[in-house]
Amino acid sequence: MSSAALRQPMSLKVLSNGFLAFWCIVAAFPIAWIAVMSFKTPIDAFDSNPFRVIFGPHTRTNIGGLSLIDILLGLALAGMLVRQAIRWLPGKVAEYTPNGRTGISWLVGGGAYTLVSLVLLVVVLPAVLGVLNPVLGPLGTSIVGLTTEHYEAVWIDRGFTRNFANSMIVTSGVVLVSLTVGTLAGYGLARSDSVIAFWLLVVALVFRALPHSVLVAGYLPYFITSAEWLAPIFGDAAPTLYGKPWAIIAVLVAINQPFTIWMLRSFFQNIPAELDEAARVDGCSHFGAFRRVIVPVMWPGVITTGLFSFLLAYNDFLVTSLLLDAQNMTMVPAIANMFNRETTASDEVQAIAAAVSITAPLFVLVLVFQRQIVSGLTAGAVKG
Amino acid sequence: MKKKTFAIFVGPSVFMMVLFIAAPLLSILWLSVHVTQPVYEQVEVEICTPGLLGSVCSTELKTRPLLDESGRILTQTTFVGLQSYRNVIEPEKLRSAIANGSWRELMNIRFWSALRFTLVFTILTLPLVLGTGLLIALAVNNTLQRIKGPVIFVSLLPFIITPVIGALSIRWLFIGDGILTAGLEWWLDRDIAMFAQAWTIELMMYMYRVWHVAPFAFVVFYAGLQTVNNDAVEAAIIDGASRWQRLRYVIIPHLMPLVIFLTLIHLMDAYRVFEEIVGFSASAYVISLQWLTYEFLLQDGTGARAISRASASAILTMIGVAVLLGLPLRRVWRERKGS
Repeated sequence: MSSAALRQPMSLKVLSNGFLAFWCIVAAFPIAWIAVMSFKTPIDAFDSNPFRVIFGPHTRTNIGGLSLIDILLGLALAGMLVRQAIRWLPGKVAEYTPNGRTGISWLVGGGAYTLVSLVLLVVVLPAVLGVLNPVLGPLGTSIVGLTTEHYEAVWIDRGFTRNFANSMIVTSGVVLVSLTVGTLAGYGLARSDSVIAFWLLVVALVFRALPHSVLVAGYLPYFITSAEWLAPIFGDAAPTLYGKPWAIIAVLVAINQPFTIWMLRSFFQNIPAELDEAARVDGCSHFGAFRRVIVPVMWPGVITTGLFSFLLAYNDFLVTSLLLDAQNMTMVPAIANMFNRETTASDEVQAIAAAVSITAPLFVLVLVFQRQIVSGLTAGAVKG
Repeated sequence: MKKKTFAIFVGPSVFMMVLFIAAPLLSILWLSVHVTQPVYEQVEVEICTPGLLGSVCSTELKTRPLLDESGRILTQTTFVGLQSYRNVIEPEKLRSAIANGSWRELMNIRFWSALRFTLVFTILTLPLVLGTGLLIALAVNNTLQRIKGPVIFVSLLPFIITPVIGALSIRWLFIGDGILTAGLEWWLDRDIAMFAQAWTIELMMYMYRVWHVAPFAFVVFYAGLQTVNNDAVEAAIIDGASRWQRLRYVIIPHLMPLVIFLTLIHLMDAYRVFEEIVGFSASAYVISLQWLTYEFLLQDGTGARAISRASASAILTMIGVAVLLGLPLRRVWRERKGS
């Protein structure tokens, strides 16, 4: 509709776009700011003057920083890499993809591309700049203080790599198991109109509302003593569930199940039932129809649901902090321990560096899967 | 679909939910009325200290936990009825607080102050989240096509961020002479310490929650705005409806189902408020119901966990969410039946 009646007065346009700009700043500022802080010495990071935080004079004089040419070349290279990833990479991946296995070839292609980009940015670029900077005079003197010492301290000295590995084990486990179990259930529920299916969904909705601490209170005593009460079944090999990553995976999968089956059910309902009926007429069993006809077309829904399972497992604090021991701690509870004891200012900046490290993968996730996340958020609402 | 195939498809999922959701619910019912404690014995110990003329000895009565043959502390589980609930609710203190009419006294009881904060938090953030979400959705809908994608990307960041980290990032802006505290001090021309009293911490928690969840409301409303019936809007224009009237009488009624959906989700999620208290280190000032249970579950100085009290507080939390969701759900149910 392009009628003149819908045209808006200038004032409204300015107001609405102004509000939007304000919101964007509010949304991005805290995250951007801690990213800036994480690269400065504590004196600069907690300075009350914003410009001293951004330019980091103390960091620059004591440790070093970036020159104008560093910044320009770095931005140019990063921009080029992102551009190539959008323009050039999809074509290449499609070209080398053996019949229809897009998922795997994206994993390989994307992984290789990320690796090459990292080598270029972290190894090649600093080497080139190391030669260029002294030659260029005023362009080569550092203007913005920058230090990576907090990241080194967190990842190398404090063993954050182990927490990262634990996080990866837990999240990938949760995503895989919860999608496998959830896909089957979601399909079953979408194709059944029995009373049981209806009540199952209602009960799942009730479970969705339960605070997680309620459930953890139910697990904890049994997890700690599990070696005793599992002994009759497993004998001496009975495991202590407390602190075991796979026990956490099971718990998080279960907590996530109500959401998963609701979401996948609504996706499967959008796949026409005629599709599997046709396969059934051609002589497939229910499982055959599911495997041959539904599985090939279900990936958009499964990927979206998988993203939300990933977020639940990756972001969880309550369950992991109570049920995992220090050895198997994931990243989020580990960082909470970092700032809860008596801290010095440099501990605090290390915690900030850890926080930025945790956020970075999520940032990439939104960058790559923005459309799927939005469709997932609205899927539940449109049905409800 | 036949019953048997249905059972096979749904089976694994139902099994997991029964084992890890339904069973723990039953178990906390049992746990909340029982207490497991080490068994103590009293023994007479002769303590001798070397004195000037030979040693001075005295006998004392000491309590120590009984050990079984493999050296572990022997425990014993006893039925205590509603004692753990009493320990959580503290009815005597409650009664005296009510008798004195003292709000401060009531808020000194951890359970009641947790309940107060959780409910206020849930109710207060709801309109803020809905309003902010709707405003952003309208503004995005109104803007240039080209910048919609980037705006949605930026808007998703607060939603996607790990809640503890999100709360921490706000805390770091305000802590000490943090950049925003410094800005506020400059603006208001007075000294401000955001982490020194309960109400400023609470204020930051509300702000954080709105920042964190408004993007969800925005995305849902934005999707809803795409399906607004243009004919209805056009008819309203012909009838001479102003911009505000169009919003009030055409667009918002169209979005009403989404408002109900978001309200339900928000009640569920805000009632669970927990990560804020970790991120803002607020437990000395304000706590929530989930935090109360969490605190009971943590090991105290002696390495013991107050499992029974935790279960009692968990049950009470559950009753709370049932009451909170029961009212709006019943309304939705009636409307569904009526239509």
